[in-house]
Amino acid sequence: MAFSLKEWIFTTDHKRIGVLYLIGALAAFAVAGIMAMLMRIELHSPGPDLTANPNDYNVWLYFHGAAMILGFQIPALLGYLANYCVPLMIGARDVAFPRLNAFSVWLFFGGIVMALATFVVPDPPDIMWTGYPPYSIKTAGNTAFYTFTVLLIGFSSILGGVNFLTTVVYLRAPGMGWNQLNIFVWSIVAAFVIQLIFVPVLGVAVTMLSFDKYLGTHFFNPANGGDVLIYQNLFWFYSHPAVYVILLPFLGITFDIIATFARNRVFNYKAAVYGGIGGVLLLSGEVWAHHLYVAGIPDWLRLGSMVSTLLISVPVGLLMISLLGTLYRGSISFRTPMLYALAVNFTFLIGGLTGIPLAMVSLNANLSDTYFIPGHFHYVMAVSGTFAIFGAIYYLFPKMTGRMYSEVLGWIGFILTFAGINLVFFPMMIAGLYGMPRRYFDFEQFPEVAGLQLFMSLGSVVILAGAIVILWSWIHGLLKGEKAPANPWGSRSLEWTTPSPPPPGNFGPKLPVITPDWHPYAYGRARPAPGGA
Amino acid sequence: MRRLLAAPLAAWPALAAAAQPINDPARGWDQLWRDYLVDVGVIFAVFALLGLYFMLRYRRRHPDEQGDAPQLTRMAAVGWAVIPAFVFMADDFYLAARAWQVWNWYRTVPAERLEVKLDAAMWRWDFTYPNGVQVTNELRVPAGKPVMLRMTAIDVVHSFYLPDFRVKEDSMPGRVTYLWFYPREPAEHVATCAEFCGMMHSKMTGKVIVMRPDEFAAWYEGEGKKLAEEQSKKTGG
Repeated sequence: MAFSLKEWIFTTDHKRIGVLYLIGALAAFAVAGIMAMLMRIELHSPGPDLTANPNDYNVWLYFHGAAMILGFQIPALLGYLANYCVPLMIGARDVAFPRLNAFSVWLFFGGIVMALATFVVPDPPDIMWTGYPPYSIKTAGNTAFYTFTVLLIGFSSILGGVNFLTTVVYLRAPGMGWNQLNIFVWSIVAAFVIQLIFVPVLGVAVTMLSFDKYLGTHFFNPANGGDVLIYQNLFWFYSHPAVYVILLPFLGITFDIIATFARNRVFNYKAAVYGGIGGVLLLSGEVWAHHLYVAGIPDWLRLGSMVSTLLISVPVGLLMISLLGTLYRGSISFRTPMLYALAVNFTFLIGGLTGIPLAMVSLNANLSDTYFIPGHFHYVMAVSGTFAIFGAIYYLFPKMTGRMYSEVLGWIGFILTFAGINLVFFPMMIAGLYGMPRRYFDFEQFPEVAGLQLFMSLGSVVILAGAIVILWSWIHGLLKGEKAPANPWGSRSLEWTTPSPPPPGNFGPKLPVITPDWHPYAYGRARPAPGGA
Repeated sequence: MRRLLAAPLAAWPALAAAAQPINDPARGWDQLWRDYLVDVGVIFAVFALLGLYFMLRYRRRHPDEQGDAPQLTRMAAVGWAVIPAFVFMADDFYLAARAWQVWNWYRTVPAERLEVKLDAAMWRWDFTYPNGVQVTNELRVPAGKPVMLRMTAIDVVHSFYLPDFRVKEDSMPGRVTYLWFYPREPAEHVATCAEFCGMMHSKMTGKVIVMRPDEFAAWYEGEGKKLAEEQSKKTGG
């Protein structure tokens, strides 16, 4: 089939839309990654290095945070992976509303363009991805670009939510019961439920911000009866659940990769789905106030938030036990996707355990807004999420392209990035314990962290080298890879029953019919037991 | 008899006040942090060692091999959900109780204290002492006396952070917040802004200078006199 740009632009095929999301997300990742490198160059020694203007640094940091979360992680998980995998995994020909799906991907590209405008408009936004007022209202930077990026990508995500919930409810293959869904499908259902509930709140918050800045309202101006904390509450009411919007799908795809490469049933499937994913979903909306621990909120709110936040460890612990238990008596093959999935277990373990002191209100009083925070959330969300996404790209590479990637390049890229992230983000937490606050252009008052800063900057070069090898491995595989069979990994899941790459409509003339004893994780020498794992 | 008892009884409240230990948040933080490290160190070791063992023990030995984990019985499935859930929950409540105890130290300011007002602005810290003396960025305090800051901001959200004393609280326009710390020995400590507040955020930094009590008293009274003289000059001229 010859390449046709027109077919890609007007496509309503869920696989192509997924790939379009992937292209946009990787573009955002690349630019936001370059911003991270600029910051690491700037911070490698005390005093101004790359630029003498702190505003430049603040704009890089704003773009890095906003683009990595809103432009890379959420679209890569809920756009690319959900689009590519969900219809294939549930045995559907496409999503429920294919044209709505096409509309949401182009809204997302609108959001990416709006974000990239940061680099061409005079006075770009410099308000961090959190955009706290009154600074975001008083600044000379153009906060509106932040508002409209959020609104476009948020709207795109709401449409995606409606689409995917309908798809999973109505388009499952004939006979497929709820306990026969891949864990990734469950995680996407939960993530989109969270998006549908909470994205509108973020939309309201950033709209009020722009009203205050450009239309002269006073929502957040105490001099005129407003309150600065309203925004922080609205923002985190979405943005903490947003962490779970990222967390659930990246753990979901990690489950699928681990089950495939351990050729083993998922340990305690129902506990992982109903206890783990369901528990996170239930708690997700009750924990946001821990972001306001040092913002002078009442003590009863601090106590309640501390307990609800610590309780997140219960569902997350169940998910971790299921992930680890899936290795028990498995047959583990260390292919590149599996390396990333196993690394997610490690980075997520460190990230989760370093989140505990941030939930504890007194320990948080010292750690909040120091380097400990970016160290923690890069482990728990940024690196774990990105490793899961990269693992998923390698995992689906044969399905998407019909070709195999080079295992050697995959391993080299993994080893470099895995080493690199530990060289950067572990020292970052230690610098936080020295009291080094985050979002600092310079750190002359903290001479004791200079060595750590240089160390982190050198570590970031290792990550960059890894990223280049990874990109090279994908291009190499795309152009020169061997032809891929339909099911190179020996997976039992439905997406691997289609040819590589799957044709439009996915499954030949007849949809797969699911029997009650079928299960995506029914591995083992014996025949799958009735009822699944 | 009654007179004999009256004297010690009258002195009792004073004695009790003197014996009341000052619960220093910084010490509480350090102790709690060590206990936290032990707590999560155990969890990390269990998960990491088990993961490593599984990876070695169950690596694929020939290409057609399949995993053969047995199907969990209903009892085992429920047990593997409920028992870990209760273990995690127990640890959560233990940590929450410990954290709340120390948090009470953070919020309970000793009655015997120096109270200073702080106005944060882009990009400086303005302190006002009880006698009206104002200083910018350099807070001088006597050793051995708890210091309480009542804080607000005049423009955007800032956060006053003393890493050495493990305390931080936002200072915000339209709201008054407080924190306290316990300077024990004469020394200099960094004070710095922890909430992003624009271009010079990383330069919004100051010092807490802890002085010997007699030196502080001399400085404090000297500054107070200077201020009074200036004011009388103004009103006089």
